[in-house]
Amino acid sequence: MAKHKVMSGNYAVAYGAALSRVELISAYPITPQTSVVEKLSEMIETGGLNAKLVRVESEHSALAACIGGASAGARTFTATSSHGLLYMNEMVFWAGYGRLPVVMAVITRSIAPPWGIWSEHTDLLAQRDTGWVTMMVQSNQEALDSIIQAYAIAEDEDVMLPVMVGLDAFTVSHTSVPVELPSQEEVDRFLPRGADHSYLLDFARPKTMGNLAYPEWNMEFRYLLEKAMKNAERKIITVDKKFSSEFGRTYGGSVEHYRMEDAKYAVVVVGAPAGEAKDAVDLLRKRGIDAGVVRVRVIRPFPKVALRSSLAGLKGVAVLDRDISPGLGGILFSELTSALYGVKRPPAVRGFIAGLGGREIKVEDIIYTVESLVTSVEEGPADNEWLDVKKELLP
Amino acid sequence: MILKIRDLPNEEYWLEGNPACHGCPAAIGLRMALKALGPRTVMVVPAGCVTIIQGSYPKTSAGVPLMNIAFAAASSAASGVAAALDFKGIKDVNVLVWAGDGATSDIGMASISGAAERNADIIYVCYDNEAYMNTGVQRSSSTPIGAWTTTTVTGKVEPKKDLPSIMMMHRVPYVATASVAYPLDFIEKIQKAAKMRGFKYIHLHSPCPPGWKFPSEKTIEVGRLAVQTGSWITFEVENGVFKLSNPSLPFVNKGRRRSLDLYLKAQGRFARMTPEEKAKFEGAIEENWTMVENYIKISKVYTPR
Repeated sequence: MAKHKVMSGNYAVAYGAALSRVELISAYPITPQTSVVEKLSEMIETGGLNAKLVRVESEHSALAACIGGASAGARTFTATSSHGLLYMNEMVFWAGYGRLPVVMAVITRSIAPPWGIWSEHTDLLAQRDTGWVTMMVQSNQEALDSIIQAYAIAEDEDVMLPVMVGLDAFTVSHTSVPVELPSQEEVDRFLPRGADHSYLLDFARPKTMGNLAYPEWNMEFRYLLEKAMKNAERKIITVDKKFSSEFGRTYGGSVEHYRMEDAKYAVVVVGAPAGEAKDAVDLLRKRGIDAGVVRVRVIRPFPKVALRSSLAGLKGVAVLDRDISPGLGGILFSELTSALYGVKRPPAVRGFIAGLGGREIKVEDIIYTVESLVTSVEEGPADNEWLDVKKELLP
Repeated sequence: MILKIRDLPNEEYWLEGNPACHGCPAAIGLRMALKALGPRTVMVVPAGCVTIIQGSYPKTSAGVPLMNIAFAAASSAASGVAAALDFKGIKDVNVLVWAGDGATSDIGMASISGAAERNADIIYVCYDNEAYMNTGVQRSSSTPIGAWTTTTVTGKVEPKKDLPSIMMMHRVPYVATASVAYPLDFIEKIQKAAKMRGFKYIHLHSPCPPGWKFPSEKTIEVGRLAVQTGSWITFEVENGVFKLSNPSLPFVNKGRRRSLDLYLKAQGRFARMTPEEKAKFEGAIEENWTMVENYIKISKVYTPR
């Protein structure tokens, strides 16, 4: 039987990994990821979790150890944040291109300089070309559930890709709320131990993995990776549906909708700020604006088709980016407008940069984005607008 | 134990027809190491000459499972393999890292230090050809003083980094130096390492014909000269106990060492060596032998972790 427990987002991640019966964990400490691994370490040392913890000297090594472990057939897990994620970037590609079903939690945090430990999504989004299925959750419960779902997606025979599960620093990682903790039996039923992909231990037919591939052999590996991403798109939805029928919770697969049934306007958002967006929409509806929230839960494979069907025909869409690609603008804005290119009856799209470096994204900020959208739908495409930049601090 | 070359198994786990350069020391060493370890061996290989020597997809020169990994990551990836084997209760598989001096003493320094400190159950062989040979002879921290490389065209200014000593100071169960010119000594060390648990480090001196500029049939000759002139010292530290190995045993007596010029003049890379550089090179040899003599006296150099 499931039980309820008050826990932080990081503990929810740790419980999700433990319930998934991870076999090899390797990690390196970085704020605000630390309590994920501390909890798992405690579970191994005193809580009866049967797993090996490789306490490495860097994030690059943490993911390398997971890559080695996964190649030898172990179910592997790591967690990191910001600079740790950037430091392991080479190995992030290696795991993705190597088609190894590693699962990693990323506590999204801003990038220095200047140093900051608070949430921003640029670290996670900078990994979007690495061949990982990439998700971003809104809540502690979703963090726990998504780690379990991640293994079901990653280890699927038609997918075989690593999965990254992102959660906002502090607003999710360190905020404690009640979480429903499924029983081990329930999770075992949902996530049976799949086939052993220990290609490195096949001594009868020894294989060399990752050796030099000349141009006449190389491109097909990327084609197959892209195909696996397409398979993942379907798998994410079926896993979420199966999860819903077993545990009674759904996150909409790749895209979560809130009050979108009759909406004329939508706020498109990623991660924890979806909470503020939902509150904002409730208030907007009281003011007579038919708005809803479209939360992009999965960033790779980018749910183009789902977003087109969610947004085509609307009057306007406000995209909230807690990230920045300098010289381009909001990453989500760019990807979303690209996905909407060529749809019939495209909505007006307005991009807003908000909450960088952990600055609070307030409900009023989101109300502002929709209200300014409503008054400007007839105008042409607009560039990203920065919210809450303090002019008095600028030179 | 293998006592003679003819006692080696006939099975080849590093296959013939591989694309190694003529006289390649890495290919010689790999062939011997894998014969000594046998088929239940997993290789972890970072970027380097062995990336090429293993052949290109869909073929391979490796007769055992092999995973390639990024330059800096061999020790940590091998730690992961070892941890997975441990989790599965598999105890009869060797995890062998085969890495060059660049992957070991430069870019992979943090990860090998981490794996050694954690006492990861792996055998790490650094085949030391004293430069980045695969990319075209750029200097590494393991290049000796005075040596020409494409990034030290007038000779390297800094002396060679002493990696075996650094590994000893990690107090791991086994540290050894060897030379491809003395295969039986190397094989014995590999076999000893395979019987031990924890981190085992073997530093294999590997004369490289194109990189050191000597004819490809002289790999063994140059390797022997390195030992006979006292420039390379073979030893082992087993559970903290230091022992000079047979190939170097006579040369603890300075009078028995052959003239350093024989070694230096056999290689084009030292052709422009200045007297000052040569003096420093000789000075380093003397210092190394003094250290070795002290270790012989101390015998138990450290208590392994």
